Amino acid sequence: MSFQPVKFYQTGTFTVGNRLLAPDERSVQASEMRSNSINSGHRACQGCGEALGARYAIDAAMAESNGQLIAANATGCLEVFSTPYPESSWQVPWIHSLFGNAPAVATGIAAAMKVKGRHDVRVVAQGGDGGTTDIGFGCLSGMFERNDDVLYICYDNEAYMNTGVQRSSATPPTARTATTMPVGPEPGNVFGQGKNVPEIAMAHNIPYVATATVADLRDLEYKVRKAVNIRGARYIHLFVPCPLGWGSASHDTIRLARLAKETGMFPVFEAEHGEVTSVLKIRRQVPIEEYLKPQKRFAHLFGKHAHPELVARLQAIADRHIRKYGLLEEGDN
Amino acid sequence: MLKQTEGSKAVAEAVALCRPEVICAYPISPQTHIVEALGEMVKAGELTPCEFINVESEFAAMSVAIGSSAAGARSYTATASQGLLFMVEAVYNASGLGLPIVMTVANRAIGAPINIWNDHSDSLSQRDSGWMQLFAETNQEAVDLHIQAFRLAEELSMPVMVCMDGFILTHAFERVDIPSQEQVDAYLPPFDPRQVLDPKEPISIGAMVGPEAFMEVKYLAHAKQMQALELIPQLAAEFKQTFGRDSGGLVRTYRADDAETMIVAMGSVLGTIKDVVDEMRAEGHKIGVLGIISYRPFPLAQVRAALLNCKRFVVLEKSLAVGMGGIVATDVRMAVTGTGLRGFTAIAGLGGRSIPKASLHKLFRQAEKEELEPVTFVDLDWDAVNKQLERERQNRHSGPIAENILHDKGIVSAKFG
Repeated sequence: MSFQPVKFYQTGTFTVGNRLLAPDERSVQASEMRSNSINSGHRACQGCGEALGARYAIDAAMAESNGQLIAANATGCLEVFSTPYPESSWQVPWIHSLFGNAPAVATGIAAAMKVKGRHDVRVVAQGGDGGTTDIGFGCLSGMFERNDDVLYICYDNEAYMNTGVQRSSATPPTARTATTMPVGPEPGNVFGQGKNVPEIAMAHNIPYVATATVADLRDLEYKVRKAVNIRGARYIHLFVPCPLGWGSASHDTIRLARLAKETGMFPVFEAEHGEVTSVLKIRRQVPIEEYLKPQKRFAHLFGKHAHPELVARLQAIADRHIRKYGLLEEGDN
Repeated sequence: MLKQTEGSKAVAEAVALCRPEVICAYPISPQTHIVEALGEMVKAGELTPCEFINVESEFAAMSVAIGSSAAGARSYTATASQGLLFMVEAVYNASGLGLPIVMTVANRAIGAPINIWNDHSDSLSQRDSGWMQLFAETNQEAVDLHIQAFRLAEELSMPVMVCMDGFILTHAFERVDIPSQEQVDAYLPPFDPRQVLDPKEPISIGAMVGPEAFMEVKYLAHAKQMQALELIPQLAAEFKQTFGRDSGGLVRTYRADDAETMIVAMGSVLGTIKDVVDEMRAEGHKIGVLGIISYRPFPLAQVRAALLNCKRFVVLEKSLAVGMGGIVATDVRMAVTGTGLRGFTAIAGLGGRSIPKASLHKLFRQAEKEELEPVTFVDLDWDAVNKQLERERQNRHSGPIAENILHDKGIVSAKFG
């Protein structure tokens, strides 16, 4: 019997998709069951991808650990916008120590829980891309290598936003930041060798590595819940657009996160013990320009003094991701 | 139990008796034997329950201790020299957060030039970090101070460094009385933290604090150390009751009663100084000793009281405030403000240079006659210094200083002594 498989997908939002899901698979914003681990009233910017990502990630971790969760936080936007007393948003036991040591602080918490026989308590560490891929990288690698019982979540908005949008090792080529200005013959950030921390995490052969975006909160929740139930070092790299740093409209945060995935710029996958086990497929590859153009940090690539050669190089990066991870659905394109 | 043992091993046994729950270890000479011994005890199941974590840097060592202490576990680490400097950001953080971590510092010089031998530059660089600093004179005192340090730290919810001279103490084999578990348990109750990360009662630790509260937090760190000035002698007295010996306290004097000249120092060099003072006393010199055990908090009143009846004093210190002179000497002079006492600073033993009795005899006799310069560099090789200064005058491209001096001295490899 021949049949045509039905695929649900949409071009604007996933809300319709959510309605088509079984109730237990739905992602919901408000519910009595939600722990609101990072509560309302914090100081994040309008449209902050990190605030959204942290809310869903930590609430999912709280749900999965039956409320037995302790969080360590690196210095950065998330720490600053969430904490000033008496406005702390955190409804979980939470500690901020330094910019570069969140993985090690979490290791300490996990060790304390182990020695006290509190095997039910789960430990999560979180930081931005600067705190993770740059200054905290040594501690992160050490935590991975020892396979400490910590779930580390990196909220990647591709620059040091808290200090005023400076380049990090997660900043994409050509992007404008305060330290990679769009001037000269090669404007914006350089085309370096890249520093793919999810892949570096996989190279440690830790039990679980995943990437996710705030465009697919259901996927994020699934990955966090899965990670919480695994013992050992786990890493989730979450793509979180930043309207302030990217020069994008605050209502475009979800759209940009989705475009990052649909263009291939940000591959979304899971890996266990160093091997990719699943990828979120792209139904139709979107040209990179659609992702770049709504962001002022890429504005110098277009317009009067356009740099089509640089756009082509970015497209090549996206194409390489698609090939490498097999991101395109078979039979498409 | 009396034992002939290495200083590091003795300290490891003392720390183990304090029932630490998390130990973070990173190797750096001359501290390494301590954590090695503790690691072995944990691995063999002799020290349990305890997590021994081999971290990837000293910065991580202190950071893990911050996490474990905040989660309510008694936490310990040890370091020295470059390691202490590498963890400095976390050192300040631990005290700022009010976490009662205990850390051994096996005192060692700071490079460059790289040097593994003893002086006090490392812990003294952390003078203002908010940590209390206790200096051991002997390995017995190092053992005893660790037991007192956990009490002190946990009663005030502030961290403590126990400082012991690298190699001179850490690697010396001598007789040490290791207390019993019962004695230590009687002296040191289980850790009952003031603040703890617990899902039952969620709190935020380490929030952003602006000008509205920052000064009060810092003042309270100071106030805690002022409380420690009262608590440290109490803990030493209680220690004597339980363990039957004098150990710790703020300061200790030796043959000071009628002394006209007082020698002030910290750490193991006090042993050599006492020998010299004994010999000079036998010749009729009125000379005595003031040992400082608690460098932070600095016992201004006790130092002043100990020096009030002398005519002059020499602060002999294994540290140098470059561009100024002494570090300990500055504090001692502060203590005797307004007394009109003549004070001299003697910088000695930097980078492990021996401090022989002959040099001290010479120094102390000059001090008695008040013939010393305000700052004296004990046993400094002026020929080597002047030769290098001349070289720099002659040649714009005179090259690296340390290598020039080694070349002038004809020394092909560093030697101790």
